[in-house]
Amino acid sequence: MRLTCPLCGPRDRREFYYYGHEDYLQRPGPDAGPEAWDDHLHLRDNIAGEVRDLWYHETGCAQWLVVTRNTVTHEILSTELVADRKKKGVRA
Amino acid sequence: MRILGKGQIDRNRPVSFRFDGKSYQGYQGDTVASALLANDVRLMGRSFKYHRPRGVLTAGSEEPNALLEVVGATNQTPNVRATMQEIFDGLNTQSQNRFPSLSFDFMGVNDLLSQFLSAGFYYKTFMWPRAFWEKLYEPVIRRAAGLGRLSGKHDEGHYEKAYAFCDLLVIGSGPAGLAAALTAARAGADVILAEEDRELGGRLLADEPDLDGAPARDWVSSTEAELRSLPNVRVMTRTTVTGAYDNGTFGALERVGLHTPARADLPRECFWRIAAKRAVLAAGALERPIAFPMNDRPGIMLAGAVRSYLNRWGVTAGKRVTIFANNDGARQTARQLMAAGVEVAAILDSRTDATAIEDCPVYLGARVTDTSGRLGLRSISGAHVGGNFQIETDCLAMSGGWNPTVNLTCHLNGRPRWNVDIAAFVPSEGVVPGLSVAGSANGDFTTHACLAAGQAAAIEALAEIGVTAAAVPLPRAEGVPYAIQPLWLVEGKGRAWLDFANDVTSKDVKLSAQEGFTSVEHMKRYTTQGMAPDQGKSSNVAALAVLADATGRGIPETGTTTYRPPFTPVSIAAMGAGGRAMGFAPQRFTTSDQASRDRHAPMIEAGLWYRPSYFPKPGEKTWRESCDREVNMVRSAVGVSDVSTLGKIDIQGKDAARFLDLVYTNTFSNLPIGRVRYGLMLREDGLVLDDGTTARLDENHFLMTTTTAAAGLVMRHLDFIHQTHCADWDLRLISVTESWAQFAVAGPKARALLNAVLDAPLGDFPFMACGETQVGGVKGRLFRISFSGEEGYEVAVPSRYGESLFRDLVAKAEAMGGGPYGMEALNVLRIEKGFITHAEIHGRTTAFDIGMEKMVSPKKDCIGKAMAARPGMVGEEREQLVGLRLAQETKAFGGAHLFTQGAEVERETSQGYVTSVCWSPMFGATLAMGFLKNGRARHGEKIRIVDHLRDLDLLAEVCDPVFHDPKGEKLRA
Ligand SMILES: [Zn+2]
Repeated sequence: MRLTCPLCGPRDRREFYYYGHEDYLQRPGPDAGPEAWDDHLHLRDNIAGEVRDLWYHETGCAQWLVVTRNTVTHEILSTELVADRKKKGVRA
Repeated sequence: MRILGKGQIDRNRPVSFRFDGKSYQGYQGDTVASALLANDVRLMGRSFKYHRPRGVLTAGSEEPNALLEVVGATNQTPNVRATMQEIFDGLNTQSQNRFPSLSFDFMGVNDLLSQFLSAGFYYKTFMWPRAFWEKLYEPVIRRAAGLGRLSGKHDEGHYEKAYAFCDLLVIGSGPAGLAAALTAARAGADVILAEEDRELGGRLLADEPDLDGAPARDWVSSTEAELRSLPNVRVMTRTTVTGAYDNGTFGALERVGLHTPARADLPRECFWRIAAKRAVLAAGALERPIAFPMNDRPGIMLAGAVRSYLNRWGVTAGKRVTIFANNDGARQTARQLMAAGVEVAAILDSRTDATAIEDCPVYLGARVTDTSGRLGLRSISGAHVGGNFQIETDCLAMSGGWNPTVNLTCHLNGRPRWNVDIAAFVPSEGVVPGLSVAGSANGDFTTHACLAAGQAAAIEALAEIGVTAAAVPLPRAEGVPYAIQPLWLVEGKGRAWLDFANDVTSKDVKLSAQEGFTSVEHMKRYTTQGMAPDQGKSSNVAALAVLADATGRGIPETGTTTYRPPFTPVSIAAMGAGGRAMGFAPQRFTTSDQASRDRHAPMIEAGLWYRPSYFPKPGEKTWRESCDREVNMVRSAVGVSDVSTLGKIDIQGKDAARFLDLVYTNTFSNLPIGRVRYGLMLREDGLVLDDGTTARLDENHFLMTTTTAAAGLVMRHLDFIHQTHCADWDLRLISVTESWAQFAVAGPKARALLNAVLDAPLGDFPFMACGETQVGGVKGRLFRISFSGEEGYEVAVPSRYGESLFRDLVAKAEAMGGGPYGMEALNVLRIEKGFITHAEIHGRTTAFDIGMEKMVSPKKDCIGKAMAARPGMVGEEREQLVGLRLAQETKAFGGAHLFTQGAEVERETSQGYVTSVCWSPMFGATLAMGFLKNGRARHGEKIRIVDHLRDLDLLAEVCDPVFHDPKGEKLRA
C-alpha cells in the first residue's frame, strides 16, 4: 500500500502511522456531556466502501493527513493535510 | 543423454556436483534437473503420500516432483526445485521423503495401501480417541507424509530486502515481455524487467522459433544487450515477481547467491518491494499434464519441458520418446527431437481430425491407457480406433494444453474467465489497477501475437502516465493458430494423478464430489489438491475440470480456487531479512556513550537508546554494591548522569503558551520567563499520557521535556492537537532531542561542581529556575530541576560538546568525592523521593490515581479534562498511588499483588499491585511504589504482598510515596 503525502509525494505505508476515522477532528466542547464524548472517542462505523481516516507521516514530514480510500477496492481516492482544512476554514 | 550441437550450456566449463552422495558432472548453465537427465538419472524424488518414485515433470518453477534438499556448510534448504537450482562446483543435493534410499523406500508400502489412503482418509480414520491424535497419529503421519527436512540449526545465511521504483515493471521476458521492455526503454521510461530464469527469452529459448529468419536467440541477445546498455533500464534475472499488492506495489524474490558457492559479498536471496506506476504481466503460460492411468512414472514429462531440455541444455530426456497430446504444440517436440537425431516412437494425438503426416507413426484419436516401469518408464499401453497397442519407450512427452499464468491478476481478488477456444482461464481485464496483461499470459499463443501485444501494452501503459512511446520495429515471427481439443482424463483401471505434488488422483476428486464436497474450494480442502509447494500450478485446471464433470456442471460455473501470493515459495529468511538479532533495528547512543563504556558501565536499552546501568569500581562484585555506592554518593556529595535521552520539544510562537495550556492539565501561560514548571499531560480519554518539565526561555519560546519512553508518542500527540485543533495559531513545534546533550548534576555539592565547570559562577538561581549559561566559551542552558530529591541542576550544551562536558564534569566530581551514576541509582533515588515514571503512568492511571487531580486546572479546558471527570475515574474504588516499606531485603517483586491481611488470596480479592521496588541504602529498607484501592486512606496499614512468580509472601507497611525529604527542603537548598 502506498499513500501520496501532499508534501512528500508517494510513499510506502510503512512511513505512516494509522489513527482512525476523521471523526477525531470534531472534538466536542468541554460541556458536551459523556455521551457525546463517548461517541467521539469510542464509537465508529465499520464501513465497507469509502472512508476518510487519519494518517500521520511519522517518518516523513510529521503532518497528519486525511486519506479518502475505499476499504473494498483499496483504492486511495485523495490525501489532504489536516492542517490545511483548519486554515482554510478560518480564512473562509 | 547429451545431444551434440544442441543447448546453450558452456561445454568448456564442466561442473561437478553431488546428488544423494554420488558425484555427477554437468556444465556451466545446467540446472540440477538438466544435469541429472544428461546423466540418465530419471528418479529424483518420492511422492508426498504414497512414496511413489518420481522424476522431473517440468523445466521451471512450477515443478511438483523433483524437490531436493540443498546441503550447505551451515544450512540445509528443503524443497528446492531441481529445475531452478543451477549447479556449481561443490553443490551438494539430496533427495527427500525417502528411507533408506531413493530407489528403495520402506514407506513405499503406502503405495500398496493406497486404497485406504484416499482423500478424506485422515479425517475418517484418525478421529478417535482424541488423545491419540497429538501423541500418535500426527507424529506418525507427519513422518510418513512429508517433504524435506530442515537442519534444525539457525540459518546463518545472509539475506536482504530492498525497494525499487519504476515507471513500468515488465514481468517476464519472453517475446511479449521483451517487446514491452524494449518499447518502453526506447521511450526513455524507467523500466524494470524481471525474469524468473537466469536468462532472458522465455519460451523463445525453449522453443527456438525463427525470428526474422534467424534463431530467436539472436534477437534475444541483441535486445538484451540494448536493454542492459540503457541507464533507464534495470534487468533483473533470477527474480520471480511473487505478488501483486495495493497501489502498484509488487513483491519479488531475487535468487542472488544461490547459484554459486557461498560468497561473503552476495546474499542468498533478496526480497524486493517494487513500486511501479504501471506494470505489464508477460509471465507466459504453463503446460498442463493429462491424467491417464499410471501417469506419474519417472520419464513421463511435459512436452514443452522435453523441448526445453533439448534446446536449452542439449539434453534428451529419453532415447526413445513417445508423444501424447491434445494440441498442435507438442508436434514441435517430436519434430525437434527427430531433427536432433532422437528416435520418436510415436505420436498419440487424442484428436481425430489432426494431421497424421509426420516423420514418425501417428495415432489419431489415441489414448495412453497404462504404463509400466517401477523406477522409470519402460513402456506404455495405448488405444485408438484401430485397437490396443504397446510401445517400448523411456520418455513420454505429454501435453494437455497450456494455462495462461493468470496468478498475479488474481491477487487482489480478481477472477479469471474461461476461454473456450484455448480451453483455459484467461485474466479478466482491469482487476489489478495499473496492470495489463500481454502475450500467452493473456491467451495469445503465437510468437507474432506475443510480440505485438507486448509492444501495444507498453505503449498504452506509458500513455496513461504521460509518456509517449513509439512502436519499435519487431522481428517477423510465426503466427500459426493453436488448436486444441480438451482432454482432461483418460478413464482406466490404474490411478490417474492430477496433483503430483500432493498425490491427488482423479478418483480423489470424484470421491470428493460424491461425498458432497462439490464446491471447488471444498474439493481443494478435502483432497488437498493444489495445497503443496507448487500450489497446484500444473493441476488446478484439470482437477476442477474433473470436478465439473463429476458434478455435471461446466468449468466456468465450477470456477477456480483463489490464487494467493506468493506465486512461488518465498523463504521467511528473505522476507525477514534484517530482522534477525539486531538486524536493521536502529540504535541511539548518547554523547557520553563512549565515556561510559570506557568506565566499563554495562549498557541497558531504554527504547532505542543505550544508557549506563551503573559504573563499577574495582572490588565491587555485584551491581547492588555499585548502585548503593552511587546512591550514597549523590545523597552525600555529587553525581553526574546523562539525561539527554529525555524528549525535548522546542515550542515557539505567539500562541505557544496558549497551546501549552491546552495540552497540559495545569496552566503555563502564567509561567514567568526564566522558570520551569512540572506539567501533566492527559490523553483525550482522561488517562495520563506523560509528565515532565517545561521551561519558559522567552515570552514566546518554551522547551518541553518528555519522558524517554514517551518522547515519540508526545511529539505525535502534540502534532495532532496542533494540526487538528489549532493549525491557524501562531505556533511551531520541533523535536530537538538530539540537538542537545544534557547532564543532571545532583547532590549537596552540585552547585560547587557547576561553579568549577561554568565560565561564570552561579548567582541567585532558585529551584525551578532556567536560563542561558556558558561552558568553556560554549553557550548552553541551565535548569534547576531534580529527579533525585537533592539540590539538582541540568546543564545542556549542543550535542557536539556533550562528550567533553561529560568527561569534565565526571573528573571534577570525582575530585569532590562524587562521580557518575547510572540508571539503577537513578531509579533508587527517584523511588526514595516518590517520583513517578512510566512504571506508574502506564496507560491505565488517572491524575486522581497518582494524587495529582489538583493539577487539573478548573479554570480552563485541556485535552482529556472532560473524560477525566467521568464516573469511575475518581473515587475510593480507584487504586491509588502509595508507598510500601519493608524492613528486610528481598527479591524484587514488581507486578506482585496486594491483599488485605486475613483475606483470601484470589484474583477477585486483589487490592492492587506493585509497580516499582528498590533497596534503599539510605533508609536501610526495601521501598516500593504501587497502587492500592483507596490507598491514600490506608497509610499505616500492614498489607500482604503476594508474588506467585517469585514465590514471595511478604508484609509491608502502606505509607506516603515520598520517603525522602517530604518537605522538599533539599531541593530548594
Ligand atoms: Zn509527508
